Amino acid sequence: MRAREEILRRVRAASPFQSGEGDEGASVPRAYRRRAVMPRGDVIALFGERAAGRRAAVRHVAADELALAMAAMLWARDAKRVAVPAGLPRGWFAGLDGVRRLRDDPPLDHATLAETDGVVTGCALAIAETGTLVLDGGRAQGRRALTLIPRHHLCVVHADQIVHTVPEAVRRLDPYRPLNWISGPPSGGTLEILVVED
Amino acid sequence: MNSFVGMPSFPEASSVAVGDAQLRHNLRKATHTIRAKRAAVVGEQPDWAALREAGAAIKDRTLRHLDVYLERLEAAVVAAGGTVHWAADAAEANRIVTDLVKATGETEVVKVKSMATQEIDLNAALADAGIRAYETDLAELIVQLGDDWPSHILVPAIHRNRAEIREIFLEHMADWGRPAPPDLKDDPRALAEAARLHLRERFLSARVGISGANFAVAETGTLVVLESEGNGRMCLTLPETLISVVGIEKLVPTWQDLEVFMQLLPRSSTGERMNPYTSMWTGATEGQTFHLVLLDNGRTSVLADEVGRQALRCIRCSACLNVCPVYERAGGHAYGSVYPGPIGAILTPQLRGMAGPLEESLPYASTLCGACYEVCPVAINIPEVLLDLRAKAVTHGHVGQRLAMGAARRVLDSPRWLAVAQRSAGRFRRWTPKRLPGPLSAWSDTRDVPVPPKESFRQWWAASR
Ligand code: SF4
Repeated sequence: MRAREEILRRVRAASPFQSGEGDEGASVPRAYRRRAVMPRGDVIALFGERAAGRRAAVRHVAADELALAMAAMLWARDAKRVAVPAGLPRGWFAGLDGVRRLRDDPPLDHATLAETDGVVTGCALAIAETGTLVLDGGRAQGRRALTLIPRHHLCVVHADQIVHTVPEAVRRLDPYRPLNWISGPPSGGTLEILVVED
Repeated sequence: MNSFVGMPSFPEASSVAVGDAQLRHNLRKATHTIRAKRAAVVGEQPDWAALREAGAAIKDRTLRHLDVYLERLEAAVVAAGGTVHWAADAAEANRIVTDLVKATGETEVVKVKSMATQEIDLNAALADAGIRAYETDLAELIVQLGDDWPSHILVPAIHRNRAEIREIFLEHMADWGRPAPPDLKDDPRALAEAARLHLRERFLSARVGISGANFAVAETGTLVVLESEGNGRMCLTLPETLISVVGIEKLVPTWQDLEVFMQLLPRSSTGERMNPYTSMWTGATEGQTFHLVLLDNGRTSVLADEVGRQALRCIRCSACLNVCPVYERAGGHAYGSVYPGPIGAILTPQLRGMAGPLEESLPYASTLCGACYEVCPVAINIPEVLLDLRAKAVTHGHVGQRLAMGAARRVLDSPRWLAVAQRSAGRFRRWTPKRLPGPLSAWSDTRDVPVPPKESFRQWWAASR
């Protein structure tokens, strides 16, 4: 505790402001863009473009094509065993034959995850301008290790989860959840994104 | 930052570096590539000037009321199940981290690339306590295996070419874990794959992770780590215990402030719209044990300087390095600290005080062209601080003989420093005395003349990703 008091004392001695004055007096100019000005359709298209620019394979599908597209993508990679979080919508795998799904419930160990042919998840949101996916451990996403260890990641993004700019994303995200921002495939692996436009 | 005392002062170290064709070639390539990418992604951002203004203002607000925000951060981290420690200097931080690791009973830790832990030379402190620290960033791995020092904030192994990297892998990987395949080629793919497998084994088995952070949000207690490779997020996530060492200037007041820095940092740093991976976590996450170590180590003295305190706004993007004509020729090692380039020239003398010839010479490591100020995403007026420091250096008087004697004595105290010094001295001997004569010329030459590389580290690195 001695260091704590010493550091705070030095900080207070160094600052021309009185301690406890608070932060209200110091205003931050926020003249940068904080809201999207782009039409929705363009935002969704921009996300696809920018994510592809980050070496992700992106496909846009209608809601009723999702299961088939998912199956096609997994078959194309010859996936036999994929890890999935608990609570993934059943419908996603309706078209799937011959691919074993390993539910992360109870949690799979690291070695098992390392040996899967990939992981399938949803996301919390996506940022068009930067081609970024953000996962927060919420619905259809699971814990962080689940998407970190496998070399292939297939992520489903619903069109209404795509925001235009970084400030919109920060406003929507919950800081108390563990957040993973992903722009591009895992090292030595692949990232596939299915954008569902309903 | 004791680790670097005994390094030659900037004029000597830089003139030796200028004679090193390898280094000069790599630096030129790397700095020009990143520069062009940065200019493109900054140029396309319509509100860059407004973001930069906000970035500087947020950091100023933090520094003005740092005591308030430090206490707020501490409370938020504790509320989220973490433990907060305070370290006044490097020794104290090293002691805290060492004790925390010992308490887990582990003798190995994995590390995420972090300048704060380099600044305090944590790896050496852990080694003294019988704890092995594994670096998990590719470039840091090369630096560690080669028993070397980083020379660039983002591309620490910029002074190595890929033939050298292959040698280092073949010779040293086995000492640290999974060996390199005996038939390892020096093409970028093979090197990257060897590194990937070697590193993967490390973080899948690790039980303690050590990191720094790019930002710490006072309001929520959230820590943020941006990275390019994805190994950092493994170290942050997989171990049961996570220890983060964070300089007290890394704070931002509110969660909303991240909307500014998540744009400024990736674009300024690697010239990308967004870096590949960012982790954000608040307190003890998913069953982990979490310790935050808040580090002063000279920062409060920087804060006390009216002109110099703006250096604490720095978000370590390295944009100023990449535009600096002096850095391009001198290389990172010449700055004698973990903070190279223009930011190092103003930060190091302030953090350590005008403690010796290196610190006194650093404010002169600039032509005052102002390019660094122009690119800086938080508008640090580096030339202004340099001039202010020069004025202070003059009042301290100049040191000639003391350099050779003092540096030599301190370097001789430690074999590792001797090796570094000998390498520098080796280069120094080949330097043609066009500029500044130096006192290190008597030291023996133990370094081979490097062959100019076919491909720079940065090139193969870019190609391997
Ligand atoms: S001084 Fe500015 S440009 Fe240089 S590393 Fe720091 S933030 Fe980046």
